Amino acid sequence: MAAAALLRRLPASRAPATAFMAARPISDSTASLTIETSVPFTAHLVDPPSRDVTTSPAELMTFFRDMSVMRRMEIAADSLYKAKLIRGFCHLYDGQEAVAVGMEAAITRNDSIITAYRDHCIYLARGGDLVSAFAELMGREAGCSRGKGGSMHFYKKDANFYGGHGIVGAQVPLGCGLAFAQKYKKEDTATFALYGDGAANQGQLFEALNISALWKLPAILVCENNHYGMGTAEWRAAKSPAYYKRGDYVPGLKVDGMDVLAVKQACKFAKDHAVANGPIVLEMDTYRYHGHSMSDPGSTYRTRDEISGVRQERDPIERVRKLIYAYDLATAAELKDMEKEIRKDVDAAIAKAKESSMPDTSELFTNVYKKGFGVESFGPDRKEMRATLP
Amino acid sequence: MLGAARRQLGSGPMLGQVLQRLRPAAATNAARGYSAAAKEMTVRDALNSALDEEMSADPSVFLMGEEVGEYQGAYKITKGLLDKYGPDRVLDTPITEAGFTGIGVGAAYQGLRPVVEFMTFNFSMQAIDHIINSAAKSNYMSAGQISVPIVFRGPNGAAAGVGAQHSQCYAAWYAHVPGLKVLTPYSAEDARGLLKAAIRDPDPVIFLENELLYGESFPVSAEVLDSSFCLPIGKAKIEREGKDVTITAFSKMVGYALQAAEILSKEGISAEVINLRSIRPLDRAAINASVRKTNRLVTVEEGFPQHGVGAEICMSVVEECFEYLDAPVERIAGADVPMPYAANIERMAVPQVDDIVRAAKRACYRAVPMAATA
Repeated sequence: MAAAALLRRLPASRAPATAFMAARPISDSTASLTIETSVPFTAHLVDPPSRDVTTSPAELMTFFRDMSVMRRMEIAADSLYKAKLIRGFCHLYDGQEAVAVGMEAAITRNDSIITAYRDHCIYLARGGDLVSAFAELMGREAGCSRGKGGSMHFYKKDANFYGGHGIVGAQVPLGCGLAFAQKYKKEDTATFALYGDGAANQGQLFEALNISALWKLPAILVCENNHYGMGTAEWRAAKSPAYYKRGDYVPGLKVDGMDVLAVKQACKFAKDHAVANGPIVLEMDTYRYHGHSMSDPGSTYRTRDEISGVRQERDPIERVRKLIYAYDLATAAELKDMEKEIRKDVDAAIAKAKESSMPDTSELFTNVYKKGFGVESFGPDRKEMRATLP
Repeated sequence: MLGAARRQLGSGPMLGQVLQRLRPAAATNAARGYSAAAKEMTVRDALNSALDEEMSADPSVFLMGEEVGEYQGAYKITKGLLDKYGPDRVLDTPITEAGFTGIGVGAAYQGLRPVVEFMTFNFSMQAIDHIINSAAKSNYMSAGQISVPIVFRGPNGAAAGVGAQHSQCYAAWYAHVPGLKVLTPYSAEDARGLLKAAIRDPDPVIFLENELLYGESFPVSAEVLDSSFCLPIGKAKIEREGKDVTITAFSKMVGYALQAAEILSKEGISAEVINLRSIRPLDRAAINASVRKTNRLVTVEEGFPQHGVGAEICMSVVEECFEYLDAPVERIAGADVPMPYAANIERMAVPQVDDIVRAAKRACYRAVPMAATA
C-alpha cells in the first residue's frame, strides 16, 4: 500500500500527527498508551516516578527503528574493524541502545549530553547520520570530526552533544560544567553526563558532584552500569556497586537500562528534578554484548552463558518488539521488512562513507587554535613541513 | 661479555661470583658451538621476565594497576604473574589513577617497592601530582629520610590510530623534574636490563615503554637472560658506530634511526646512532664524545618539539662542545599538533625514516646522495 510505503520512508522520529484507521498494519498513532516498566524504580533520597509510562504507538515504532539502526551500525563497525578499515580503538554499544534512545525521547536538543568513548549511538540519537559516523570511524573527511577525532571523539555541537572523551571519568566534571553554563544563562535546560561503572569510582566525579550540589547545577549523572570496567567486574572495583546511592547526599534512581520506557520515564523525572533542585544520579542497569573494545574478546571475564542469557531475557529491541506485537502495532513480517531496510540503509551509508576521501594534508595543522595569531607550527622535520596557524 | 660484567658491577666480591656463573655458561656454549646471541626475545617477554625475576628476588616488590592480574595485563606484560605470586602481590585496581598512584607512593614511603602500571602514560596525567609532588620531591624535602623506591611503567607515545588523547609522549615532561629518573628502553635487552635496574633503584623511576615495540623480537645473549643482568641507569648505548654525523634517539625511534643510518651509509654518510636509554639522567658524556668525533648532530624523538628532549640535548652540546660543531644541530620530532586520527595525516604527525635521513644530510651539507667513498 502506498501509504504504508510512505510511512516507512518518514524519518523515524517525526511520525505524522494525523489519525489513521484502526486497521492499518504499522501504527503511527500518537494516541496515548500507558505501559508499565519491567520493574519499579529504586530510589535514594527521593520519591521515585511512577512505573506507568505514557507512550504512543508511533513512539514505540520509533524506539524499535532507532535502536535497530544503532544495533546494525555497531555490528557493521565490528566487521569494518576486522577488515582494518577502522583503526585504533573501537568501543561498541550494542546492548545499551535503550539508554541512548530512551534518554533522547525524554529531552530536547537544547539539553546537553556528554559521554565517554562508547559514543557512536549517542551521536546518532542526537541527530547524527550514519554516513558521517562511518566516515569518522574510517578516518575520512566526511566524518563528523573530519576524520581527525576517530571512534572516541564524535561530537555534534549544534545538537548539544559534547563528545566523545577518551579519559575515563573526565566527561563528568565537564558535564557539570555544561550544567553550570546552562544555569548561568538561565536556560531551564539540563545536562546528562554519562559514565560507566568503571568510571564511577573516579574521585573527580565526587568533586564535581559536591560542587554541583552546592551550586544546585542542573546536572544529571547517568551511570551506564554494564557491570564491567574493561575486564573488571563491578564487585571487584567498587566497595559499593549501588551506583545510584553513591551520590550520598545527592538523590538517585536505579533504572532497568534495557527497558527504553523506564529510561524515558527516569530521564524525564531527572530533568525536571535537576532544573528545579540540582544534581541527581541515575543508574542504568544495562549490558554490552561486545567486549570492552574490539581488542577485548569479552569472554575471558564473563561466561558466554551470561552474555546469551541477557540477550535472551533482556534485549532492549526484543522487549519493544514484544510490546509492538502485544499492542498489535505491526506484524512480524513488517518488522522484518523494516530491519531488512535498515540493514540496506547501513550498508549504503558504509558504501557512501568509503567514497569519502581521506582528509586533505593541510588538515594536519587546522583547528589547533581558534585564534592562532599567525604563529608557525611544524611537522616532524621543521625545515620541510611548516604551516601558519591562522 | 666478561668485560661488560666488570663494567656493570665494578670490582669486589660480587664480580668473582658473577664470573663464576658466567664462565661455565660460556664454556658450555662454546662446547655446543652456539653463538652468544642465539636466542631471540620479544620486548613483552623481556619485561615479563624482568618483573618475574625481581619479584622472585625481593618480596617487597609488588605490582599494581588496571587489569594487571586476572586479565593478564592489558598488553599482556604481566601475564602469569598473578598465578605465580598471588593477589597480595599482583593487585588489580579500579580505574582511579590518582587514588592508586597515591597509595603506591605511600607504600613506597613505608619501605615497599611498588611497580605501578599506567595502561598508557596518558592516564598518568590523572596522577601527576603524586608522581611529582609526593614521589619526586620527597627525598629532598625530608633531607633523605623518605626515599621512594617506586617504578611507574607503561606504554608511552604514539600507537596506531588511537587519537589525540592516547598518543602523547611524556619523556620531556617527566625528565624536566629533578628527583625523577626517566628510562626509555628500545630492545629486549634494554627492557630487561633497565626494568631490573629501575626496580632495584631507590628513587622514583618513570619507565616509558612503547606499545608498538612489545611484539618486536631482538637477539639476547646468555648474559642478558641471566637473572642478575642489569643495565646501568644514565648510560646510553652506541647502537651503531659512525664518523660523519651523530643521531640520538630513544624508544621506537632508535629502530628508525638505525634504518636511516643504513640508508645513509649507502650514500656515503656514516652515521653514529646513540640509543639514549636514559632521558634523566641524560648521558651527556656519551653524546658530547660522539659529537666531538662526528661534529654533526641530529636529535630524534616522537614527542612534541617545543621544550623537548632534543632541545635539551642541543643545549648540552652547545654548552660542552660548541667548537666541535660544523653544522647547526638538526631536530626531528613529532608534529606540533595534537595527534590526528586519519591514517594519512597521522603518518605526517610522527617522524618517518625519511625525515631522519633528510636531516642527517642537511647536517652534512649534502642535498644529493654521494657514491660511497673509500
